[in-house]
Amino acid sequence: MESINLNQSISKNADFIQRIGEESGQPVQKCYQCGKCTAGCPVAFAMDYTPNQVIRMVQLGMKDELLKSNTIWICASCSTCSTRCPCNVEVAHVMESLRIMAGRSGTAPAGKAKYVEIMYNALLSTVEKYGRTYEVGLVLQNNLRSGKLFNGADMGMPMLQKGKLKLSPSKVKGAAEIARIFSEVRKMEGGVK
Amino acid sequence: MRYAYFPGCSSHGTGKEYESSTQAVAKKLGMELVEIPDWSCCGATAAHGKSHLLNVALPARNLAIAEDMGLDTLTTGCAACYQQLANANKEMTENKEIKEKINKITGKEYKGTLKVKSLVEAIGTVDQELLKSNIVKPLSGLRVAAYYGCLLVRPPQITGFDDPENPMFMDNMMKLAGAEALDWAHKTECCGASLGVSNLGIAVKLINKILKGVIASGADCVVVACPFCHLNLDWHQKSVNKQLGTSYEMPVFYFTELLGLAMGINQDELGLKTHFTDTQKILSKVG
Repeated sequence: MESINLNQSISKNADFIQRIGEESGQPVQKCYQCGKCTAGCPVAFAMDYTPNQVIRMVQLGMKDELLKSNTIWICASCSTCSTRCPCNVEVAHVMESLRIMAGRSGTAPAGKAKYVEIMYNALLSTVEKYGRTYEVGLVLQNNLRSGKLFNGADMGMPMLQKGKLKLSPSKVKGAAEIARIFSEVRKMEGGVK
Repeated sequence: MRYAYFPGCSSHGTGKEYESSTQAVAKKLGMELVEIPDWSCCGATAAHGKSHLLNVALPARNLAIAEDMGLDTLTTGCAACYQQLANANKEMTENKEIKEKINKITGKEYKGTLKVKSLVEAIGTVDQELLKSNIVKPLSGLRVAAYYGCLLVRPPQITGFDDPENPMFMDNMMKLAGAEALDWAHKTECCGASLGVSNLGIAVKLINKILKGVIASGADCVVVACPFCHLNLDWHQKSVNKQLGTSYEMPVFYFTELLGLAMGINQDELGLKTHFTDTQKILSKVG
């Protein structure tokens, strides 16, 4: 990592620091870097910044680096960090707020992080359409958008044989209500693709 | 006891044996699971990464419909759905501003009178004498590793019904069913959840750690309470073997399946024939 001017970074991104605190509802300024979150994180090995580094970077206002990091997408929201933090910072909530902010700012995730976003979008698009997750549609869309066409292809036949694959989606009667939820949220936040 | 019941999207697909065994066990115990009419997806595990309001509104529609049923407790088997519903319930009962906003989004008035319980808690808190009296074929000699994963027990600010680091609810139920519930190290480690879809290379490492822990404990099988945990530990066992050169053949059961067996419910009714990792060895031992 190249050197950064802390005073400049903090004053330039003061509103970012405040917003993450507000949106996540977490007292990020309390973190004193004990590292317990990272010690317990099951996916730290796949992250570019570890969870304790992320919290420090929030304190320092390192917005661009954070919104571009794969960490905020790789986080599996298992909440081990949130459970163990001695300062009661729910780190998983902070990750979530950063992920949402990255989406709103149009920062495109790369590499492994990209596949997480593609999966989110594929799942939510089936929910918006049918009101329920349509597992087959989810996998097909996921594969088309990620370019990994045969991802999970070996699952199809065995799942079908076990009767676990529902080929047609089940659509709720109140599908219009679900569409309304999505459109109202878009109106209020403008952030959901 | 009557519950507003949220089956969750996987109940008709990948988690169908969880659904059938849940229904069979509930019937035995006299628990009435009344399906929430026209229930819709809770948003797991995607909405939390896209929008805070969407993440609360999707489960909130179901809370509002359930409240209108006039029942006081909602229960669901899926750990991810449970987390979503319990989280939305907490946010809406604790924050008036959020409640008003969300009710406006869903177009439904949720007043905030429901309790949300996971199925593990709902079944685990049934009168113990009633539970015991239904155990007619104890699972004697069966050694189980109860695996709780994440969303059932964490974060405690939302879940709060059991110890987040060393939960015992399922262990106690398995003991009551006559099995030996083992003390082991990985009961609350994460299985990777939807990383199994988006980044299998990461998920297999997590699944491998858990299965290694199961083997080290000396268990005959794993017991779970979440369709995602089941999919990752059962189906993706094959992916772990392929990618990491292991040779696991560890049966993975839902707690309702083993409870059902101990209650003398037949295997077809429980839906025990739809697993990917062979279960016959275990079933011939206790079935």
